[in-house]
Amino acid sequence: MTNITWTWWSWNLIGDLRGMLQYEFVRNAFEAGTIIAVLAGIVSYLVVLRRSSFASHALGHIGFSGAAGAVLFAVNPFYGLLVATTVSGSGIALLGQKASHRDVEIGTILAFSLALGLLFLAFYNGYATEAYSILFGEIVGISNAEVTLTLESSIPILIVLGLVYRQLLFASLDEEVADAKGMHTLLLGWIFMMALAVAISIAVTIIGVLLIFALTVTPAAIAIRLAKRPLYAVILAVLIALFATWAGIFIGFYEVEPTSFFIVTIVFAIYVVVRSIPLMVRLKNWTAATVRRAPIPERARPAAPSVDSVPPALRTEGPSAASVEADAS
Amino acid sequence: MTPVVAQAERLEVAYRQHLVWSDANFRIERGEFVAVIGPNGAGKTTLFRLLLGLIHPTAGHVEVFGAPPRRGNPKIGYVPQTHLVDRDTNVEAVQLVRLGFSGHRWLPNVTPAMFRAERDATEEALRSVGATELAKKSLGAMSGGELQRIFLAEALAGHPELLLLDEPLANLDLRRAGELVELVHGLVESRNVATLLVAHDINPLIRHLDKVIYIANGRVATGLPHEVLTTESLTELYGVPVEVLHDSRGNLVIVGGEDSHADAVA
Repeated sequence: MTNITWTWWSWNLIGDLRGMLQYEFVRNAFEAGTIIAVLAGIVSYLVVLRRSSFASHALGHIGFSGAAGAVLFAVNPFYGLLVATTVSGSGIALLGQKASHRDVEIGTILAFSLALGLLFLAFYNGYATEAYSILFGEIVGISNAEVTLTLESSIPILIVLGLVYRQLLFASLDEEVADAKGMHTLLLGWIFMMALAVAISIAVTIIGVLLIFALTVTPAAIAIRLAKRPLYAVILAVLIALFATWAGIFIGFYEVEPTSFFIVTIVFAIYVVVRSIPLMVRLKNWTAATVRRAPIPERARPAAPSVDSVPPALRTEGPSAASVEADAS
Repeated sequence: MTPVVAQAERLEVAYRQHLVWSDANFRIERGEFVAVIGPNGAGKTTLFRLLLGLIHPTAGHVEVFGAPPRRGNPKIGYVPQTHLVDRDTNVEAVQLVRLGFSGHRWLPNVTPAMFRAERDATEEALRSVGATELAKKSLGAMSGGELQRIFLAEALAGHPELLLLDEPLANLDLRRAGELVELVHGLVESRNVATLLVAHDINPLIRHLDKVIYIANGRVATGLPHEVLTTESLTELYGVPVEVLHDSRGNLVIVGGEDSHADAVA
C-alpha cells in the first residue's frame, strides 16, 4: 500500500471507490472485510450479552500461537488459528458460562500460549513480517483463495447461528431457567464459542490478534447502549463493524498508516461518542435536579429503591436504579 | 384428571454424598399456595431442583403431574433466585417474557400465527403481573420489585400449572414484599396454578397460605400453617427447644432455631 500514496482522496468518493476497486487486492480486502464484519458484528452481541469479552480477547491471543505454529510448518496460518481457537474455545465452553469470568485461569493460559507463539516464531526465519501481520493484520495481502476460505468458513456458522439464535439468546439472558426448561445450555455455549473461534480466525487476517477486540466486542458494546431489542442491536453491531471496516479500507488505501489502525480508530471514536451521551444527559439533568431536589418532602419522593431492595446480582457501586444509564466502567 | 400436582413419600435427597434432608412427605394440589420455609442452606432450593428433574432423590418416591420429575416439563414455570441480568443488560423486558414463551424452540418464527401466539402470550403474561407499562423498559434499569414481576411474567408466559418461585421476596422491603405476595396470591386464585414459594420469613405470606413446607435440620414438616408453625411442631423438627411467639397483628416470631427469624420481622 505504501507505493500508492501519490493519490489523494477527493470529494468524489464514489469515483474514488470505483478507481480503487480496479485493484484486485482492494476488491479482495472489501470482500473479506464485509464477510468478517457481518460475522463479527453478530457474534459480538452474544459476546457482550454473555460477558465473554475476556474469553474473546484470550481466544485471539491463543490463536496467535496456532498461527505462528502453522507458519513454522509452512501451513496457511488461518488453519493454525482455527485449530487453536476452536480447541481452546471448546475448553472454555465446557467449563460453562460462568467460566468466561475466570479471568485468572484464562489469562494464565493466554500468556503461556503467547510465549509458545513467540517460540515458534523464533524457530522461523521470516520472523518479523509474519509476526507483524498476525499481530496487527494485513488486509491488503488477502488473496482470492483467502476470500473464498473466509466465505466458506463463515456460511456454516451463520446458518447454525440463525437456527439456534433464539435458544442462544435465552440461554445467554437466563441460563438457569433455560437449563430447567431442558435446553442444552452447555451445547449452546459451545456453539457460541465455535462461532467466536471462526469469527476471530477470519478477523485476524484483517486486524490481527492484538486488535481483535475492536471487531468482536466493541461493535456490540456500542449497539447495546443504543438498542434495547436484541435484533436491532445485532443489526446495529453489524452496521458499525461494516462501516468501520469499509471506511478503514477506504482511508487505508490512500494513507501510509496501516489499515487496521483506521478500522480500530473508527470503532473507538463511535464508542467514545456513544459512551459520552449519558454523561451529557446526566450533566444536563444534574443542574435541573439540584433545583428540584429541595422542595420534595421525604415521603412523596418517587420510589427510588434502596440498595437493599435490589437483588445482589444487580448491585453495583451505584446506589439507585436511576443512575443505570450512566454506566459503571 | 387428578388434582394432584406433586406428591412425595419418604423422600430423601443427598448432595455430594451429604444428606440434605430425608423423610419428606407432601401432597400439593391444583391452585394451592404453598410456602417453603427454612433457614439458609436447609435445602429449599434442593426441593425445587428435585421437582424440576435437575437432581434425583436418593430414596423415596416423588411424582410431578403423576409422573417422575423430568427436565424441561412445560407445565412448570420456574423463577430461580439468581439471574444473569445486571445493570449492563440493556434489553427491554418484553424480550425476556417473549423468550419465556418460545425461547426453548430451535427455529425462528415463520408463520404469522406463530408471531401472533407469541405476542398474545407475552402481552397476557405482562398484563397478569401488572407490568404492561414496563414492557419497553430496560431490564438493567429496573428495581428489584419490577424485575421480580418480569421474571414472574417470563414464567407465566409458558402457561404453567405449577409455579416454583425461589426467594422472590429476598431483597425487597416489607411493603414491596407484601405487594408481590398479593400479586402471586391473585395469580394462584385466578389461574388456579399451584405455587411453591421459597421464603426466609413466613410473615408476609401467612394470611394467604394453604400449606407450609418447613425444612430445617435435615427434616421436613408439611401441613397447614397453624399445624406446622407451632412451638411443639418446630421443636420436634429442629430437635432443640424452639418457641413460636405471636404478635397482636398475627405476625409470628420463631425463637431458638438455628436461624432466628426475629431479625426478619423488623
